[in-house]
Parts: sequence; structure tokens; C-alpha cells
Amino acid sequence: MIATHSPALPKTLILGIGNILWADEGFGVRAVEAFHRRYAVPESVTVLDGGTQGLYLVQFVREADQLLVFDAIDYGLAPGTVKIVRDDEVPKFTGAKKMSLHQTGFQEVLSAADLLGSYPRRLALVGCQPLDLEDWGGPLTVPVRAALAPALEAALAILDEWGLVVTPRPAGDDGAGLLAHDIDVASFERRAGE
Amino acid sequence: MGAQTPNGFSLDASGKRIVVDPVTRIEGHLRVEVNVDENNVIRNAVSTGTMWRGIEVILKGRDPRDAWAFTERICGVCTGTHALTSVRAVENALKIDIPENANTIRNLMQLALQVHDHLVHFYHLHALDWVDVVSALKADPKATSVLAQSISRWPMSSPGYFKDLQTRLGNFVESGQLGPFKNGYWGHPAYKLPPEANLLAVAHYLEALDFQKEIVKIHTIYGGKNPHPNWLVGGVPCSINVDGTGAVGAINIERLNLVSSVIDRTLDFVEQVYLPDVVAIAGFYKDWLYGGGLSSKSVMSYGDIPEHANDYSDKSLLLPRGVILGGNLKEIHEIDLNAPDQIQEFVAHSWYKYPDETIGLHPYDGVTEQNYQLGANAKGSKTNIEALDESAKYSWIKSPRWKGNAVEVGPLARYIIGYAQGKAEFKDPTDKLLTDLGLPLSALFSTLGRTAARALECQWAAQKMRYFQDKLMDSIKAGNLATANVDKWQPSTWPKEARGVGFTEAPRGALGHWIRIKDAKIDNYQCVVPTTWNGSPRDPKGNIGAFEASLLDTPVADPNQPLEIIRTLHSFDPCLACSTHVMSPDGQEMAKVTVR
Repeated sequence: MIATHSPALPKTLILGIGNILWADEGFGVRAVEAFHRRYAVPESVTVLDGGTQGLYLVQFVREADQLLVFDAIDYGLAPGTVKIVRDDEVPKFTGAKKMSLHQTGFQEVLSAADLLGSYPRRLALVGCQPLDLEDWGGPLTVPVRAALAPALEAALAILDEWGLVVTPRPAGDDGAGLLAHDIDVASFERRAGE
Repeated sequence: MGAQTPNGFSLDASGKRIVVDPVTRIEGHLRVEVNVDENNVIRNAVSTGTMWRGIEVILKGRDPRDAWAFTERICGVCTGTHALTSVRAVENALKIDIPENANTIRNLMQLALQVHDHLVHFYHLHALDWVDVVSALKADPKATSVLAQSISRWPMSSPGYFKDLQTRLGNFVESGQLGPFKNGYWGHPAYKLPPEANLLAVAHYLEALDFQKEIVKIHTIYGGKNPHPNWLVGGVPCSINVDGTGAVGAINIERLNLVSSVIDRTLDFVEQVYLPDVVAIAGFYKDWLYGGGLSSKSVMSYGDIPEHANDYSDKSLLLPRGVILGGNLKEIHEIDLNAPDQIQEFVAHSWYKYPDETIGLHPYDGVTEQNYQLGANAKGSKTNIEALDESAKYSWIKSPRWKGNAVEVGPLARYIIGYAQGKAEFKDPTDKLLTDLGLPLSALFSTLGRTAARALECQWAAQKMRYFQDKLMDSIKAGNLATANVDKWQPSTWPKEARGVGFTEAPRGALGHWIRIKDAKIDNYQCVVPTTWNGSPRDPKGNIGAFEASLLDTPVADPNQPLEIIRTLHSFDPCLACSTHVMSPDGQEMAKVTVR
């Protein structure tokens, strides 16, 4: 078999969205940051800190065959509860149950991708119920911080199901961090907790 | 009961009150309340913004060289503009000069952001205030093709192209999936376009959504990544290695050529799609010249895009700088961002506390201490406001003033100042546009004028991208490869105390960051953002800001569907710094309109 003739692997996007300056609003970005620190991914996978980019994320979504999103969700659950939403459950359209705090933004991103004719074949949301969204400049709250580990586990299970193998980074390699310049989680919280 | 504001507007709050909350399709949370008279004409306007929490809380005690990374996260729209303003503030404080190439590359980054933001704003945040998506389903694709070819040589214009698009749109709407088009007052009488123009605009809505990804490639190349490109105090973080192949981050000839090609395609898109669309749409709204507000009186621009590195004088800045007061286009006042008596922020009507609220504070001395209280005449409760009392505190936005004057900022302000200065690159395209539409100069001071100025500026910025890219290539050919000055990178080279200001013209207007550095750490940091100028509440003297002024005297066809209010507010491209708008599981994000 000639390698160049093998079918291309499906492209996977692992995306974290939210505002790191706003306590639990930062869950999605902190989750994708933690994921990146711990795991190396195959070339067909992109790990992206989407911040609060909204509609500007449409090109990343369009390029993805499989999309895994970390985000803060408000389902009225106990703070720190991790909730998984899949495929058609991830509501795209008006009148549907609300999915995430950025929903106007991200819901529009999904339907815009759809209208442009390229929608991810598989879609999963790893959401977390926030405790505090009002603490400007504050760190993740204790229950949401504790939810990072189960959120990563849930993500791993989904990726495994999608046939993707991610490997733990060896000791001493933290992937150089997805966020730098003092806004990585440790630097940010060292200050915010003072 | 009527009242006259010191800046020349008549207010009458005796009529029916309309509340729009939130104003959708903007960054952040904005609420407006207006009173209409018996003919549904707006006679009083009150705008209130989401909390601006003071970035100083987060930045105090941090390394000034990292401040840009935090300010880049304030909001999802002007990321790079905040970062640029921040590195300029630190360089100003520490007297750091940057190399010519760094200035050129920063201009390219800032111009690319300007073009990208204007394009996305027009098609994706504002066009649907003029364009009725549902009406597009009734268009004749052949007639749409004829219309398209009559206004532009853009190739995507065949009857088949429009037919396919219409079918796709029809399926989308039929399945109940309005998607990005869900928040609209479709069928509203204030929509004036024929179905064919609506279909053409919807086609370009989708094309622009696809095309915008090309423009941000410039950020990926010069900023190392996108979203959230990298910046550097002292220059730019990318090195130049013309013969390099694939080295991470370095600018090589292949990447320079890619930028060049993106610029060419961007100019084509702006000149063959965006501008002709704006002219065509404006042609149907020539009798809807409301929304001028403050623009015919007082406007301000700090200026931006320095031709020469480290030279922020009026001469070097390619975007106009100055203040016009009272509609006197013959006099341009000079701005000094360090003068304590020029830029001041007031909080008499904001939910903050000053020792003496009759006076304003310069940003170097700015304080942000909360004081949330409703006025005696407010209706509802602190957690559920039904109606605000504008005679008391009513907004989380402060009131910045220039020498006590409320001013409008943004593309229209920049074009008015450039026009008044007689600069051909601003005056000539403005005159041509007005002539083509058969409108007098006075028509520029309107919602339509604001939208048109943004389109003209988008073309200007795309042309300047071409200019600076060529300048960079010439510089590299001449052997200049420096992109950063690290002489003062180490804090040991800094004075014990320093202060400085950085400014830019963000897509939506004048942006300033003021920094105080003490013992190599940030001691105070204040941002005064464009939407603070435009969306400010009343000041102690009763002057109203640009949003409020712009809504006055506008007739509203149906108070339950205030399309006219949304249209004018969107024309400012408001950005309220990423508010969290918490939604419940059955939450309703469509603007709630209450008429009392």
C-alpha cells in the first residue's frame, strides 16, 4: 500500500471557548489548556484556544470533520457538574434548549458553518456548570476547577470512541503551554488568588 | 416636559417609554430606553452599558511587558487593537523606540484588523438592519443577476448562482432554521430594498463570511498565530529570514508573498463587493437620514497608522487626529492625551464613586469603585430593572469628555476630521459617494453616513495595507531586517517610576491605555475605550453622549419592533467588552422589547 493513496484521516478540532478574565467563564479555555498540557495529539487533530472569538471561529469549525468543544454551560445543575451533549443534541437553532453561555455566538457559528455547506460530521460538547460568572479577574471557582479532571476524562472517552489515540506527554514536556505571557492558568491564578 | 441639554439637544421624557434589552448582534450587553411622542418619534433616549470592571484590578502588580496579553482578552473583537495600544503605552512610559520594520508590520496588523472588522461588521452585524432576508426568497434570480452586473464586475453574479443560493436559503428557512438570521424583524415597513437587492446582499453575507478567513491570515503570519496573535514590547515578535524555509514564526519570502496575495484579494473584495453594496443599499434609503446625533457637532479622533516609527505627531499619523466642536469644521483642536484638563472621566450618572462627582478624573488618576444604586424614579428592583431613572446613576459606563465636551468617535468622526482638514484621500471619496447618491454634505451626518464612512475607510485601509507591504518589501531588500529593540527589555534598565499613554484608532473609534509603572510592576492601568465615549451616560452638566443623541427625533414605525433604534445603534459598531449574559436553559436571547 502506498501511504499517499490512503484516505485522509478525518480532521478533528478540540476547541475551548470562554473569557479567562471572568472566573468560571474561563472553563472552556482552561480545559483545553489543561488538555494540551497533558496530551500530545496526532497531526489530524487541532487544539485551539478560541477565547471569545464568536463568528471568527467559523473557518475552524468548517474545516473540522469532528468537533469537540469545552465550554461553560448553564443547565441549572449543581456547580461543577460536567455534562456531555452530542451531535443533534447540541442545539443549533432558534427555539432549542440553550447550550452554552456563548450560545448566541457559538450557535451562530455552527449554523453559519452549516449554511456555508460544511458542518462537522460528529459533534460533542463537554460542558461544565459554573458557580460564579461575576468575579471579574477572578480564578475558576473550586467546584469548576475540580471539574477539569473529569472533563478531560470525558473528552478522552469521546476521542477514543472516535478512534483517536492521544498520548500523555512525557515528564518535563508541558507542551510549552497553549497560553503564555502570564495568562496561563498558574500565573493567572497565583495573582488572582493573592 | 421638555428640557434643553448644554450640547444642544431637546429632551422630553413625557411620552411612552420603550425598553430594548439587550440590543443584540453586538459584543457585550447594551440596553436602551427611549420615550416616544404621540407620533412615535423618539424624544428622549437613555443608553446603559454592561459593567466595565476596570482592567486595573487584574493588571495591578503584573509585569508591564505582559499587559498586552491580558488586554487582548478584554473582548473578542478588538483583540489586536488592545494589544497594540498596550505595547505603545509601555513603550511610551519606558521611552522605548521600535525599529521601522516593526512599525510597518504593526500597521499591517492594525490595518488588517480594521478591514476585517469593518467587513464583518457591515455584513454580519449591521446589514440585516437594512436587508430583509425573508424578502430575498421572493427575488427573481435573473433580475438579481442583472442588478449585480449593473453595480459591479464581481464574477459571482450569474442567474444560476443566485438561484442555487435562493434554494439553499429557502430550505433553511422552511425547515424553521433561520440560523444566523434568526434575530430579525422580517417584513418590517422600515425595510426598503426590493427582493433582488435583498438576495444580492444575502449572497454577499455568505461570501464575506467565507472570505474574512483570508484576511486574518495576515495576523497568523505577522502575529505567529490566530486567534490571539502575539505582540512584543519593543517591536514585533516575528523575525525576518527571507531565505528561510518553514522555520516556525520567521517571515520568509513565501509568507511575504502570501500576505501580498491576501492584500490584493482583499482590495478586490472591498472594491467589487462591499463598496458597491453600500452604495446600492444607500440608494434605497436616501430619505432615511436620521441618526446623526453628535456627529454634526462634536467629533474626535486620536489618529493612528504612523508613517514613521516612533513619530506620533499629526504629520506622521495617516489617520486624522483632532477634535471638532460645535459643528465648526474650520477649526481642528489639538489633542494632548497627557494634559490633565483634556480627557476626563465623570461618574455622576455612572455606578461608580468619586470623592467629588462634580469633577472628572484624568485616566492617570482614574479610580473604579463600584456604587450600584437606582434613582428614586426608577421602576422595578436592583435585580430586575423595569425602567431607569436617568436623573440619577444609570450605567456601568463612565462619561469621558474632552475639555468637558461629549464627542462622537469612530469611522465617521475620522472622515469628518479628514474632510475638514481637506485631506484628499478622505475628502475625495466622500464627495464622490455623495455625488453618486445625489446627496448634500449634510447627509453625511446620519446613520447612513456612519455606515458609508466605515465602507470608505475599509477601502482606505486595504489600500494602505498594499502601501505598507510594499514598504516592508523595500526595506527588506535594502537589508533592514530588525524587527525588535531589546535594549530596554530588562527591568533593571527602567526608571523606578514611569507613566505613559498608548493610543490607537480601533475600528469603532479612539482607544487609549494609560499606565503607571512602579518598581517594574504595573501600579495603575486605565483603558478608555471607544464605546465608553459613544455610549456614555449624561455628565454632571447634562450633556448627552453619542448613542443617546443619535436616537433623538427618529420616527419609529412600530414601537414593538424598534428596528430603527437597532439600526442606528449598530451603525456605531458598539462593543461593550465581553459581558457575560447568563442564559437559563429556556433563556430567550432575542431582544426583549417592553412598551410602557
